[in-house]
Amino acid sequence: MYSRSYKSLVSLPPLLWVGLFLFLPYALMFAHSLWIVRDGVLFHQWTFENYRKLFANPVYLEVLWRTVRIAASVTFCSILLSYPLAYYLSFHARARKELLYQLVIVPLWVSYLVRGYAWKTILGSDGVLNGFLRYLHITHAPVSFLLYSPFAVVLTLTHIYTPFVFLPVYASLEHIPRYLVEASQDLGAGPLATFRRVVLPLSLPGLLAGATFAFVLSLGDFLAPLLVGGSSSTMIANIVQSLFGAAYDWPLGAAISVCILLLVVALLFLTERLEKRWAFR
Amino acid sequence: MIGRASTGRSPLLAVYATLVFVFIYSPILVLIVYSFNRDGVGGFPPRNLTVDWYAQLFADGAIWDSVVNSLVVAAGAVALALTLGLLAALALDRAEFPGKGLFRRLVLLPLILPGIITGLSLLMFASLAKIPLSLATVLLGHGTALISVATTEIFAGLQKLDRAQEEASLDLGATPWQTFWRVTLPNLRLSLLAAGLLIFTLSMDEIAVTFFLIGRDNTLPLEIWGRLRRGITPEINAISTLIFAVSVLLIVVWYRIRTRSIGSEAQQLLENPLEVE
Repeated sequence: MYSRSYKSLVSLPPLLWVGLFLFLPYALMFAHSLWIVRDGVLFHQWTFENYRKLFANPVYLEVLWRTVRIAASVTFCSILLSYPLAYYLSFHARARKELLYQLVIVPLWVSYLVRGYAWKTILGSDGVLNGFLRYLHITHAPVSFLLYSPFAVVLTLTHIYTPFVFLPVYASLEHIPRYLVEASQDLGAGPLATFRRVVLPLSLPGLLAGATFAFVLSLGDFLAPLLVGGSSSTMIANIVQSLFGAAYDWPLGAAISVCILLLVVALLFLTERLEKRWAFR
Repeated sequence: MIGRASTGRSPLLAVYATLVFVFIYSPILVLIVYSFNRDGVGGFPPRNLTVDWYAQLFADGAIWDSVVNSLVVAAGAVALALTLGLLAALALDRAEFPGKGLFRRLVLLPLILPGIITGLSLLMFASLAKIPLSLATVLLGHGTALISVATTEIFAGLQKLDRAQEEASLDLGATPWQTFWRVTLPNLRLSLLAAGLLIFTLSMDEIAVTFFLIGRDNTLPLEIWGRLRRGITPEINAISTLIFAVSVLLIVVWYRIRTRSIGSEAQQLLENPLEVE
């Protein structure tokens, strides 16, 4: 029912725009990773030198490994906090459900920076938490390991991504037909068995979507380490950022970015397949 | 239908859920309380409450310049992303073209990729095209990255749209252009509003992409970011509190609009049951 001209009128502008301002820039990232900088000058000369440098230098691999560990911890903690919360809301909250749901959503709209900053003021050596502990005479000297540590990064990112993980988990729990849960109980399964064999498997696609989101976004975060992390929790994106800034080696930075990009795309591909396999039919 | 499945009591779970809420809200609460604390951003308990930090904030020209910059960028990003997102959603819904699958994935990529990747890609593009960095590049970056949000929202709206209405309009002699303005677009107004609000909020808060595309003039998040690196006063708590208040206000506005429009649809259904559907 739509004419040819209608179809080309709606598809050409976004195709051209996305081609020019998304595809081309991402392609440029790949191209840069194969160019090289010598004495502060960029040469458009095709080489795998950057990738060789990357894998030959243990520092990069060490930071990458730390980044994966931090991202995995954030994902794990976010699930630990949001899954029981979503389960409580979906199965036990009854009348207060809608209100509580809104209460989880509100922080999603509150600035990333505002939340990161809040943790900075809480965790510092003369911060709110240390003041509180001293006030209660639990400690006498300030506890200094709270801020500027991988712990602070994990805590801050967990705070930021918990609502993100909550959303898809809650949606998948809400989609579970209640008669399945009742059938399981009628057939003699206890609450724990019902959870393990009915509820949990059916909520896996939502859990997977949330976990992927938290993992991928923590993996590429460079702001939390700068804000609350300190030098002991430098993450891979911080290296990229410094290569594009003061260190001025765009090709090497681009090569690391391409590795992050490929890692993310591979992960998305994998979870998409898993989600299809686990989807409720 | 309340079955046993939804009535079980479990106090342990309720306590856990409460603790998670405490975790989510306590940092925000601390932030707000200390914006009134005369003695700085830390220490306990907060004493000597004052509104001096707000007075200082309101007299702070640099902050308000950056607020204006952020508003301009966000408004531009909303216009750009909504226009292209609407077209992209229509294209995905109604047109067939080679590379459609690739196009869909590409549009959505900025939503799931860490911001640094998108930001750096656009920086390299700007540098190669010799475009000087300014608020315009930031606007372009936000607008382009957030086409993803607009496309997803509007595409979902299109899925719910009844095509018979458009067919009827065309059959009754309206041109495709009139049909688009009078039938398609009014049906999508809620999706457009939702997408616009979301894009606005995300753009106002964006740092990762902005970080690499910014010129001389700062947006609000980057202005705050710059100050965080130099030592902090409760003035930052004050501006954060205001940002929080505005976010909450936006959510409330959004829910009122949504419930009112759902309400009016229900009302229409009651009054003219035959005209709807």
